[in-house]
Amino acid sequence: MFDSVLIANRGEIAVRVVQACRELGVTPVAVHSDTDATAKHVRLAAESHHIGGSVARNSYLDSAAILDAARDAGVDAVHPGYGFLAESSEFAAAVEESPFVWVGPPSEIMRRFGEKTRARSLMADAGVPVVPGTTGPVESAEAVRAFADEHGYPVAIKADGGGGGRGMRVVRAGDDVEAELEEARREAEAYFDNPAVYAERFLDRPKHIEVQVLADEHGNVRHLGERDCSTQRRQQKLIEETPSPVLDPDERETLCEQACRGVAAAGYVNAGTVEFLYQDGEHYFIEVNARIQVEHTVSEVVTGIDLVKWQLRVAAGETLDFPQTAVEPRGAAIEFRLNAEDPEDDFSPMPGELSTYRPPRGVGVRVDDGVDEGDSVPPFYDSMFGKVVVAGQDRTEAVRRGRRALEETVVEGVPTTVPFHRQVLDTETFLAAEHSTTFVEDHPEL
Amino acid sequence: MTSEETIDAPMPGVFYRRPDPDEPVFVEEGDDVSAGETVGLIGVMKTFHDIEPGTDCVVTSFEADNETEVEAGDTLVTVEPE
Repeated sequence: MFDSVLIANRGEIAVRVVQACRELGVTPVAVHSDTDATAKHVRLAAESHHIGGSVARNSYLDSAAILDAARDAGVDAVHPGYGFLAESSEFAAAVEESPFVWVGPPSEIMRRFGEKTRARSLMADAGVPVVPGTTGPVESAEAVRAFADEHGYPVAIKADGGGGGRGMRVVRAGDDVEAELEEARREAEAYFDNPAVYAERFLDRPKHIEVQVLADEHGNVRHLGERDCSTQRRQQKLIEETPSPVLDPDERETLCEQACRGVAAAGYVNAGTVEFLYQDGEHYFIEVNARIQVEHTVSEVVTGIDLVKWQLRVAAGETLDFPQTAVEPRGAAIEFRLNAEDPEDDFSPMPGELSTYRPPRGVGVRVDDGVDEGDSVPPFYDSMFGKVVVAGQDRTEAVRRGRRALEETVVEGVPTTVPFHRQVLDTETFLAAEHSTTFVEDHPEL
Repeated sequence: MTSEETIDAPMPGVFYRRPDPDEPVFVEEGDDVSAGETVGLIGVMKTFHDIEPGTDCVVTSFEADNETEVEAGDTLVTVEPE
């Protein structure tokens, strides 16, 4: 195992990695921007290195500054967390070429899965169903129409280098093809510096279901079951749960087996997530997230397996020492993201100081956060400052525990998503698990 | 005789004078700008709000630096209405 690891991130995920390092006897080294000089991840790490100005581009996105900090600290490895440089195959390659170990999938694998059309063909070749779509970029309106003639409208036009719903346009009728194609190419160029787009069938009311996988360098691949992340707004997840309340045992086994098969065929190593859309009893691969995810917590809670520690152990060359049959998820878990956003004002983010911050405690409650009372949520980064995860013997108990935990949660100084979560837990559609990824848009009262 | 006016931050966030780090600034001090023309942005987490004068004016000076944190009500720009 490594002696020390540099954590190239901030906020709750940096704290999470610090905790995993501590439990492994590894020295956690933090980095920070100007505004984060006294942030929680800095306070909890063994040491921290200043890497630049508050704007992310000058600090957490500055790969040269981060590698300089790694050299100064003399660490053995770099953990990227999620966001910032975690999905940059260029940064991964730079770390691979440095004396440090990259805690994540090999850069070449990240590159392959980063290009969505390539990821789809990789998975399709491994026998995993994909949303019907073009096998390569579409150049013309005629190509989009030809695709729609075969598969019907609506059709999604998506950025080849994209993700997170950005750079995606939905064509609902043939007359809109030109305009939407042009807009999609413009957004793709603006967001991802690559105007290439592709077309696929657009599912109107899908559920988002994803499988957590873990693979080592020795050819072993395990899954930790699935997560249902259908409660989203503007394609950003707000609530995630496991198990998915809609899959039957056969569907679950098929989905998880396919996820393992797909990543195994690609030679995947480390933790990853295979994302699917699910509608009308059918599931389709959409993408692989080649990193740890925000919602990894719910899988940890029901399986008892520490994913972040395994990321470090796998990166250090260790072998996954448990068979698939030893992964026995128990009960249900739900995660609620604590965002400094105002649900009453279209979830507009709002920075500020947490004059009061009392997270919930008690049986079946886990809180991961990047702040303590008196800390600020700065305007420079993501609005998420913590996560409340509740577990129960089944979904009903987890929901009741969630209500209790969210009632206990007190945050003053910034608006938060807590009142939104409380309302969701009283919404019939959510309780009946009939919600799709358009849930928030379908419920304007929330 | 002219009187100066200020454009203040409508919300806390980060003040930007450029649409993108590699692009030129929206306007320079001394430039004539029209009502509704973007002179800067306030970025809050990942959302951006245009900062624009309510009347035609000349930009006298920028009171907030590019990429710095501002509070709601902080003066960003002083202008001289035309």
